[in-house]
Amino acid sequence: MNIFQLDGEDIPFRAGQTVMQAATRHGVYIPHLCWHPDFAAHGSCKLCTVKVNGRFGSACTLEAQPGMNVENRTTELDDKRRTMLQMFFVEGNHFCPSCEKSGNCALQATAYELKMMSPHFDMFYPDRPVDASHPDVLLDFNRCIMCSLCVTASREVDGKHVFAMGGRGILGRRIHINSESGKLADTDFALTDRAASICPVGVILEKRRGFAVPIGERKYDKSPISAQVKEKAP
Amino acid sequence: MNAPMSATPPLAKKLRVATTSLAGCFGCHMSLLDIDERILKLLELVEFDRSPLTDIKHCGPCDLGLIEGGLCNAENVHVLREFRSHCKILVAVGACAINGGLPAQRNHLDLRDVLEEVYQTEYLTSHGGIPNDPELPLPLNKVHPIHEVVKVDYFLPGCPPPADAIWKLLTDLLAGRTPTLGHGLLHYD
Repeated sequence: MNIFQLDGEDIPFRAGQTVMQAATRHGVYIPHLCWHPDFAAHGSCKLCTVKVNGRFGSACTLEAQPGMNVENRTTELDDKRRTMLQMFFVEGNHFCPSCEKSGNCALQATAYELKMMSPHFDMFYPDRPVDASHPDVLLDFNRCIMCSLCVTASREVDGKHVFAMGGRGILGRRIHINSESGKLADTDFALTDRAASICPVGVILEKRRGFAVPIGERKYDKSPISAQVKEKAP
Repeated sequence: MNAPMSATPPLAKKLRVATTSLAGCFGCHMSLLDIDERILKLLELVEFDRSPLTDIKHCGPCDLGLIEGGLCNAENVHVLREFRSHCKILVAVGACAINGGLPAQRNHLDLRDVLEEVYQTEYLTSHGGIPNDPELPLPLNKVHPIHEVVKVDYFLPGCPPPADAIWKLLTDLLAGRTPTLGHGLLHYD
């Protein structure tokens, strides 16, 4: 069995596994947003940046090698990750009290894990109109973090290509809907699609199902996101 | 020579605390009152300066200032600066003070459109037109969190922050510790 070191702990891995895959399977949490175990790594959010033998790299794209010395939850890296999270929070409109995803949101849970107490930077308050055209699904782009998981899921699992990334710049780049009108209602998107349940934040929401789970019983109310990775490890 | 021993330890000077709600709903103040009987313990350790609880109108020199709410008008900015200049430690309490919160939902709308909608177009609320009394503070073009205007020493998120989180912050500060919130006490909703 191949082994690398992660914060001083031995992590076994199979050839071809990434640092993220091996660590997660071993129950060790590496903060991330755009990585999902069911899909190929995208490597865009950079939250999973670790230090391998003293050099920065993305844990989700970096293939594990025997003898690697990987730093993960160090003060230096967590400080950088917290700063990146603060950028995510000020670039969108993340108002947790009025968000249906609150308590089940990966962005929020990651910010708790990294003890983010404030947005630190000046807020952008971008104007991002919602798309409520679809009979069963609401799209609230205010919370989009451009992880592109919906793009991948719709393309690779659903075979529909409903979503696409487009535009340039912090305020220009956004998710587009592949229909003549640009509205979700004019696509063949369905609630049963894999893409409908992939969003780590509160963009893709089922209609008529608001705040169904009470505060205290939501996913990340029970235990922090890092503890849940540990609990789920085989 | 040994100094004479006092029978009772000298009473520590009570810390002075000021609180205010800017563009907030007073929900954070209600959550402060939710510390229940611990407020008696708190009153042994602190005395309140300007606060909705005392009705003192201006902030004097204080050890701690608790700010609820963001900045939606010129008076909010004035009060915030008064607190910053008088308080050794300033804490942003609650979602609105930290990121603008609910009042900031108007930020993607034009201010004139909002005022016209509320005071002229909407028939249930439109009596009398847009208020224009010189005593009324002018609204800011956008709502801002307080850290965009003054230096903030600590942040206490939540809508509202739970009473236990407020208690943890106060007891940490009174004991001279850097406040920390564990899982369950740190939340944004």
